Amino acid sequence: MTRFTADNTTLAQEIVGRYPRPKSALIPLLHLAQEQDGYVTEDAMEHIAELVGVTPAEVLGTASFYEMLKREPVGDYVVNVCTNISCMLNGGEELLHHLENRLKIKAGSTTADGKFTLEDVECIAACTEAPCLQVNYRYFHRITHDQADELLDDLRAGKRAHDVPRHGTLSRVRQQIDPERRAGVAPPDVNVEPPWLARNEQATEASS
Amino acid sequence: MTDATDATSGEREIPRIVTSRWDLADGFTLERYSESGGYSSLRKALDEMTPAQVAEEVKTASLLGRGGAGFPCGVKWGFCPPGVFPRYLVVNGDESEPGTYKDRILMERDPHQLIEGVLIACYAIGVSQAFLYVRGEMALAQERLAQALNDAYDAGYIGKNILDSDFSVDIVLHWGAGAYIVGEETALIESLEGERGMPRLKPPYFPAAKGLYLQPTVVNNVETLANLPWIVANGGSAFADLGDGNSRGTRLFAVSGHVRNPGVFEVEFGTTTFRDIIYGERYADGIRDGNRIKAYIPGGASAPWFFEEHLDLPLEAGAVGAAGSMLGSGAIVVMDETTDAVKAAWRVVRFFARESCGKCTPCREGTAWLEKILRRLLDGHGRPSDVNKLLDICDNISPAITWPPRQTTICPLGPSAVSPIASALVRFRDEFFAYCGGEVEITVPIAGKAYIPSPTPTVGATP
Amino acid sequence: MTDTAAPPTVTVTVTIDGRTIEAAKGELVIAAAERNGIYIPRFCYHPRMTPVGMCRMCLVEIDTGRGPALQPSCMIECGDGMSVATESEATRKAQEGVLEFLLANHPLDCPVCDKGGECPLQDQTMSYGPGESRFVEEKRHYEKPIFISELVLLDRERCILCDRCTRFADEVAGDPLIHFMDRGSQTQVNTFPDHPFASYFSGNTVQICPVGALTATPYRFKARPWDLEQVESTCTSCSVGCRVVVQSSRNRVLRYLGVDVDAVNWGWMCDKGRFDFEAVNSEERLGAPLVRDAGLLLKPATWNVALGRAASAIRTGLDRSGPDGFAVLGGSRLTNESAYAWTKLAKGVIGSDHVDAQLGDGLPAEAVLGLPRATIDDACRPGGAVLLIGPDPKEELPVLYLRLRHAVRNAGVKVVELASIHTSATDELAAESLRYRPGHALSVVRALLAGDDGAGRPPTSGAGKEPAAVGGVLAEQIAAATALLADRPLTVIVGRANLAESGRSIAAAAAAVHHARPEARFLSALRRGNVHGALELGMSPGLLPGRVTLDSGRDWFAERWPTLPAGRGLDAAGILRAAADGKIDTLVLLGADPLADFPDRDLAERGLAGARTVISVDQFLTESVKQADVVLPAAGYAEVDGTTTNLEGRVSTVSRKVTPPGTAQADWMIAVDVAARLGSDLGLESHGRIGAEIAAVAPAFAGLTHDVLVSPDGRDGVVVALPARRGNGAGPGVEATAVAGVGEPGGHAPTNVSTGDTGADAASGAAADPDLVAAEDPGTTGDGEGEGDDGDAAEPAAGADEGTAEPEPGVALPVWTIIDPPSVDAYSLRLVVTRKLYDRGTLVRSSPALADLAEPATLRLNPHDFDQLGVAPGDDVRVTSNRGNVTVPTVPEAAVPRGIAHLYFNLAGGRANVLIDGNAPVTDVRVERP
Ligand SMILES: Cc1cc2nc3c(=O)[nH]c(=O)nc-3n(C[C@H](O)[C@H](O)[C@H](O)COP(=O)(O)O)c2cc1C
Ligand code: SF4
Ligand code: FES
Repeated sequence: MTRFTADNTTLAQEIVGRYPRPKSALIPLLHLAQEQDGYVTEDAMEHIAELVGVTPAEVLGTASFYEMLKREPVGDYVVNVCTNISCMLNGGEELLHHLENRLKIKAGSTTADGKFTLEDVECIAACTEAPCLQVNYRYFHRITHDQADELLDDLRAGKRAHDVPRHGTLSRVRQQIDPERRAGVAPPDVNVEPPWLARNEQATEASS
Repeated sequence: MTDATDATSGEREIPRIVTSRWDLADGFTLERYSESGGYSSLRKALDEMTPAQVAEEVKTASLLGRGGAGFPCGVKWGFCPPGVFPRYLVVNGDESEPGTYKDRILMERDPHQLIEGVLIACYAIGVSQAFLYVRGEMALAQERLAQALNDAYDAGYIGKNILDSDFSVDIVLHWGAGAYIVGEETALIESLEGERGMPRLKPPYFPAAKGLYLQPTVVNNVETLANLPWIVANGGSAFADLGDGNSRGTRLFAVSGHVRNPGVFEVEFGTTTFRDIIYGERYADGIRDGNRIKAYIPGGASAPWFFEEHLDLPLEAGAVGAAGSMLGSGAIVVMDETTDAVKAAWRVVRFFARESCGKCTPCREGTAWLEKILRRLLDGHGRPSDVNKLLDICDNISPAITWPPRQTTICPLGPSAVSPIASALVRFRDEFFAYCGGEVEITVPIAGKAYIPSPTPTVGATP
Repeated sequence: MTDTAAPPTVTVTVTIDGRTIEAAKGELVIAAAERNGIYIPRFCYHPRMTPVGMCRMCLVEIDTGRGPALQPSCMIECGDGMSVATESEATRKAQEGVLEFLLANHPLDCPVCDKGGECPLQDQTMSYGPGESRFVEEKRHYEKPIFISELVLLDRERCILCDRCTRFADEVAGDPLIHFMDRGSQTQVNTFPDHPFASYFSGNTVQICPVGALTATPYRFKARPWDLEQVESTCTSCSVGCRVVVQSSRNRVLRYLGVDVDAVNWGWMCDKGRFDFEAVNSEERLGAPLVRDAGLLLKPATWNVALGRAASAIRTGLDRSGPDGFAVLGGSRLTNESAYAWTKLAKGVIGSDHVDAQLGDGLPAEAVLGLPRATIDDACRPGGAVLLIGPDPKEELPVLYLRLRHAVRNAGVKVVELASIHTSATDELAAESLRYRPGHALSVVRALLAGDDGAGRPPTSGAGKEPAAVGGVLAEQIAAATALLADRPLTVIVGRANLAESGRSIAAAAAAVHHARPEARFLSALRRGNVHGALELGMSPGLLPGRVTLDSGRDWFAERWPTLPAGRGLDAAGILRAAADGKIDTLVLLGADPLADFPDRDLAERGLAGARTVISVDQFLTESVKQADVVLPAAGYAEVDGTTTNLEGRVSTVSRKVTPPGTAQADWMIAVDVAARLGSDLGLESHGRIGAEIAAVAPAFAGLTHDVLVSPDGRDGVVVALPARRGNGAGPGVEATAVAGVGEPGGHAPTNVSTGDTGADAASGAAADPDLVAAEDPGTTGDGEGEGDDGDAAEPAAGADEGTAEPEPGVALPVWTIIDPPSVDAYSLRLVVTRKLYDRGTLVRSSPALADLAEPATLRLNPHDFDQLGVAPGDDVRVTSNRGNVTVPTVPEAAVPRGIAHLYFNLAGGRANVLIDGNAPVTDVRVERP
């Protein structure tokens, strides 16, 4: 159970500052918490509530709506097998059952060693690449049962660290907005016409 | 791996408007993008065009939204009430409609094209802050976009006084956390406000009038915006010269399921037919194992299914709508004769039941109930009464089971669950009867045109 | 947004079920239909909250010219030419469908559900539902009821996710501690772990839940709706006076429900008001008189014996010292009728003016009655401004807080708060919150009115290095607040925020606003239930019933009452001081507990000890009652009929629903009996008779009869005497002297006012020069007599020169002489004492569900003050003033400014009133390790 580290608190505050209203930063901060701890702890939600100025219940209300935000510890590798229509037509269910047998767990649970969590998920936008799966949200397209076995072995052996970071890490590249280059937030309650729209009138005047 | 293919339509060579860099290994870098003409449209707009002129070109292009609803982009921009600022642009990169796979490739392989499109839109509409909402599960797209944004900021394409002009805008990269409904534009806005992604009722407010923070907000799909650099470079009329009917330019279609060559194809919009794209050699290349086609979903899981008789319909929004379905998000899912229609319907319904936001009673309770009944059927516990019960529940979610759907709900998600059931149940009723243990008379009236088998095939014959 | 304040402007014509009706443009279809007798079923819609359109029960076919379509009537506004079908086939099918969906997962445990019998889901299923459910699948399961707070339980299986409770918590109460969680068919309402729904308003969610998902611990399983009897009444737990329904079964009060009254509570109640009905049923209630026996123990006695003891004590006292030996403390718990009876007994039979319904924790009565009154609606009027110089409304007047919160959020009302600590008003209401140093309210208000720093300098000119400031408030802030208040209709909410700061300085600040902004209206934020009624009926020195002074009403009342006091008497502090000096023979405590409630406990102790005989009329054996020699048990709330007056001056009915415990009697009956024992007939036989006598003799109440109060126009209460509204013909000069009353044009409007030595001119000239009102006169504050001598400085005389003509109601505003207190010395902190909703007060203590909600006392200090004091957070410290000391744990609290020691009043484990010096304008304390 952890709050944000000092570094992450600074980062969180920077993220909050990108939005016209602090609450908009809720999901990014929940991801940051998950990146820090592997899942979203209660303490992190309370910390986020303080950072964006809402109640913890509101944070949980938002967090619990979204599937990716785990509120219990999950495996190091979350394996999401798509069984939606395109994948189902191409063996997605069989792939899932194969992995259930391999990992000796039912979809929705975590292996005893805490390595793998297996999930039966909805369409992950790789329909032409069926059957497909994701590990920690990294794609594996048109995957055979053998390839899946190999993948699990590699993951277990730590051979995929370069392309499959630990659970919680999404983008390994962060957006960085140089304060010098920043246009700044557009506060919703300040009604100012953007300067370049004046070009429209100037053009009309010029042409008339 | 998926590949976009140069498309020809008849004799004409069709330009690759949004897929031109898909074959390049480094098409996502700023260097490659600039070398291949990138950001010249932004420059052109800033140097040579007023915001109104840019908007006018987009109108001329008759660019239909590529997110699903297919609303004309230029017209939508025009709905922002005059004199009310700030205006926001929210890019809908939440692609989650089953069968749909195109926005992710656009973001992964050509992020700068999207960014340039966003900038052009912001310039035209008068947006001073834009949000790029990417689906949470798309880590690579997020990485590529983050890098592209950082590079473009550094190069002076985004931020304060872009290219030393009076045009300034921030683009904030934001991503979701796993909820299909967030693709619906008002739910997207709620989510961007840090809320649960539950759609807002429209009316009273449409996003263009009161969207993000109740300010005028344009929500556009990734593919929609990716067309803008080409439109500015080549002019709206060059775009409108392609295609037919309401449907102009080119469009991406993902063809998946039981086809030999599944893939994402950029084709001329409005002229290419379903037969072309499903059976054409340069496209999906026909049904696997030489099987017969049983049914196909023409526009994402929400769409009523099409059958053989619809194969010669063009991929044109008006024609497909008239036949009782939609092109939706450009997702064609093909099912061959080996497909269990009840199972396929169940799988799509399960999706909607799982993804209902829970706001409306009929959607929350109805989709879950439909899914339970279908699951019970598949588990061998069907009853004859289930057939009309399923349809009557559908009718309570989407009265008259018609197309375009009526709804007792706020958004179209609930009614979407009706499409697969009505499609499968009417057309493959014997399969349902088999699961239900008996033949029954269907007493619930069904009005949707695609659901009702035509006495004579609409166009053409079975291949 | 529900904005009831906005007047309907454009009218449109709509056809509903073939009937053509007129509706205000913007009116929701569901509301317009209901107004015309067409009920559209609904669950999520609630007229006092933003519509969300999510239950879909209210779907009807609406045709706006493009053909009929099913639309939620709770979201669609009436438009001209619109046609609505609420009974069409499509509508019926949709409604049946929605009900079937709602019931699919509903447990149908109606026989064991509290809501059974009064359940909208049950009722609408009967009227609009399908015959039977076709749902054969497994229902959703949740752990049966879970506590979401100490008061409220949630059964998620029954919940239909209408968003009423959650919307209420967020939008109305501002406590979004319950929320939707999870998604789709798994959606549930819940709290964050270990963050319960601790809202002062949680009970409202139980009332508005359309199923039995939310239940309240005090009512759960107590009754079935069909066993309940009910009567409409007014809550008197505080002076907002929410209209309520009192429900009982088998002679026990079981529940209060809020009634939606436009002018007051909109259907809401606070939890204290809602759940303190348990006190009515308390085992601790006094059911028989008690008399102190020879062995000095209080023993039960018959009424005969007790009344005899009381009367003989009074008679002996009168023989010894005359009427001046008799005093009455308290009375704000009483109905108006009982207050009148006791005033008549004390002032009109015994002839003593030592009567005070306030216990030194309020404001000078002349301020309450003398400032032109506002209504709650005035304070909430769109575009208005509110100057809050009073308590945190959330803690003391909770439903006023809800109304203000709504006005701030939806009607553009701007609130400027003057407070010495950060309050919930700072967070939720104030556009500008001025953190002034205790004792400096008047200076800050004067600066605020002048728009400068009080010394005539423009607010931005900082003299020297220190930024310009007044009473601790930066000049820029004052300027910002001044700008907010200018050009807006102004309501001043005035009361005692800090019990360690003298009420006179607050009254003076209010008077300064009145003189500078004569059009401003004032809402008195005195907290006790019927304190305003008690004052209006003369329960304060120098006053007689009906908002007249002893002098202006003397001739009139002389013809109606047996006797009258010779001159102005003492207020609560004066009475206690006189008692301590052995000058009071008989002290009557009328539902008063001065040991707990009087800010200066030392004085209260000495006063009770010094009075020869203490007679207590009360419902409970409080600490003070235990000191009494004779205890007469009083009937309480829901046990008596009558009327009560809220802080607006609104008179509304209270009703009897159950019988009092044992032989307890209505307070007015006790007055009648005591009078009889003294050989006098009060002539009061029933509450109705008393009401009629009030209407006949008390000037401000002329014509306010029972019939008016039960008429359709009067059912929500009648506001008495708003001179500005009635247009009483009084010229601006009269306005400036702050005469409140319903004077008739042509009557002798009280024109000038004598305010003692310096006052006459000051008051009449005050409109022109507010500074004169607050003329600094160090002489009168330091004389040790405290507030008791306010009256000397203010001898209001409304020139009743026409003999027995009915006097004009009106109380003149005296001049209060205030000087800024010296700054606190380097070793001390200035004391701030405020109230919490849940404290050790009798009602809370006697209501088991509420009693545990009162927190223990702590000393709240700014985190930065700890080091200097050499104490650590959580340490026990000794807090010492010149009156006494308490030992309490410390808590760091950023809401408390530096240099301030903050305590809540009347909490267990550290009584703040031990510290307060009632004589001084402020109290300073030292904080040390014990
Ligand atoms: C249930 C539902 C899901 C949707 N999902 C998406 C989506 O994932 N991506 C998208 O661009 N539009 C989606 N839409 C459509 C959007 O509401 C909106 O019409 C679109 O983003 C507008 O952009 P366009 O005009 O450029 O197409 C969805 C709509 C609904 C009703
Ligand atoms: S139809 Fe379903 S997904 Fe759409 S708003 Fe209603 S409950 Fe949510
Ligand atoms: S009452 Fe209108 S949708 Fe619930």
